Amino acid sequence: MPHQAPDRAGFAVRGLPVGENALLLEVDSDEAVEALHAEVLRQLGTAELPAVRDVVPAARTVLLDGLADPARTAALAARWHIPAPTRGQGTAVEIPVRYDGPDLAEVAKVWGVTPDEVVRIHSGTEFRVAFCGFAPGFGYLTGLPSRYHVPRRDTPRTRVPTGSLALAGPYTGVYPRPSPGGWQLIGTSDAVLWDATRDPVALFAPGTRVRFVPCDDRRPAHEDGAGPPGGAPAHPTADLPAPGRRPAVNGARR
Amino acid sequence: MSEFTTLEVVRAGALTTVQDLGRAGHAHLGVPRSGALDEPAHRLANRLVGNPEQAATLETTLTGCAVRVDRPVTVAVTGAPCPVRVGGRPAPWGAPIRLPAGARVDVGAAAHGVRSYLAFAGGVDAAPVLGSRATDVLSGLGPDPLADGAVLRLGPPTGAVPHLDAAPAPGPARELVLPLLLGPRDAWFTARALRTLGRAAYAVSPASNRIGLRTEGPALERAREGELPSEGMALGALQVPPDGRPVLFLHDHPTTGGYPVIGVVPERWLAAAAQAVPGTPVRFVPRRARSVAHG
Repeated sequence: MPHQAPDRAGFAVRGLPVGENALLLEVDSDEAVEALHAEVLRQLGTAELPAVRDVVPAARTVLLDGLADPARTAALAARWHIPAPTRGQGTAVEIPVRYDGPDLAEVAKVWGVTPDEVVRIHSGTEFRVAFCGFAPGFGYLTGLPSRYHVPRRDTPRTRVPTGSLALAGPYTGVYPRPSPGGWQLIGTSDAVLWDATRDPVALFAPGTRVRFVPCDDRRPAHEDGAGPPGGAPAHPTADLPAPGRRPAVNGARR
Repeated sequence: MSEFTTLEVVRAGALTTVQDLGRAGHAHLGVPRSGALDEPAHRLANRLVGNPEQAATLETTLTGCAVRVDRPVTVAVTGAPCPVRVGGRPAPWGAPIRLPAGARVDVGAAAHGVRSYLAFAGGVDAAPVLGSRATDVLSGLGPDPLADGAVLRLGPPTGAVPHLDAAPAPGPARELVLPLLLGPRDAWFTARALRTLGRAAYAVSPASNRIGLRTEGPALERAREGELPSEGMALGALQVPPDGRPVLFLHDHPTTGGYPVIGVVPERWLAAAAQAVPGTPVRFVPRRARSVAHG
């Protein structure tokens, strides 16, 4: 029997089986998955969700891994009354960007605007890290209206440099390290998205709000692995939220 | 002389990595769990030398490895059975071996199976990342895979070496039989594909690695077209890429993915999967998961 029930906000949560100790909760929209993820974080540690190893939000789902009894959790989740997501609290992480990507003109063409307008629209948008994946520190950021969604490149690049600001489908992302990739590159950032010795290790965690700030710095993007030019951070890390303000996803563990 | 016992890598082998029990709990940041693929063998090796089970060991791949120690230390080799030599003389597999200072220990090619584990008293001491010393080949976290001439440090020994003769060596696996709980995306496949999955003879592909065990065999036909929005991937997920040949996700698997997962192999069967050499026949035994809807 599908565990399915409409909640007050008007969306249903479906539980799908994932082996013996995990459960995939699925909803039908970006907004619903944001609300569902927030609800899961609220429920962590309560009698409803006593122990979970990993909570992995994605495009339409939240994976709960490390459950003692997934069927029971599915039944409980179907009865959750999930409030609509709340937005706009605290300050967004600011990522300085040079809008100098090789696909900027192509994106402008798809959007039907000038490259300068792309910069204005993109940097005027507040993004939210919907989920992470692909590589440590890589966030799938949503926030652009659907008319600005762009297809992937027909031919992926064999090597996209670190710090590339890229678009594909509904998502904006920044490559935390060089890799092959098919996203449209519109800019470059020196922000260190992932640093295993820093707390937080990742600038982008699910739920983090993000703004891209155009900078006129015409210095070349840093050499891969060499860090920002001059050795000092070329970006205002002071703008980062304190670790305590991050969504308490790590509370999932132990 | 340093204050730590060190290992000098004499022969790194095809792929030898530092492994422990991994870094679970960070999947939401895109960080794979990683850790020893044959976890029981890793734990056993540690117990044989008096280590806690989370101490870091070396995981070899098919061709073994050789290291030289600068001080007396106890080592044990488990996992894939293989010839072990100390200073050129035969030494036991699956038992604690006391190495004298300067001794070279050679872990030979696997007689059967893929991955052998070397535990040294004190454990391998690399810089932990998110609480783990495991090398993650997908994301590059953790220490680099071993290279000839590299020097590794050991931690201080913590426990007494147990009194026992030897651990039993596993026999060769002629066939890999993997129970599979269907879902979350079995409904993306035709009834015929689900029958094929339960009946067809697949084989372990040589393209398998720590990320996934790839298979060769009949393609599984989809019942629906289109793309699945990215979703969280569990360890043991059997993902079906566009070519229709299922890939079993092992410890370095990506945390999210966009190809449908037809079923999930329970974790306790993954050690056997990690020891299946290319060409080993694979049979899946699918069954429905209990009382959760299927999509």
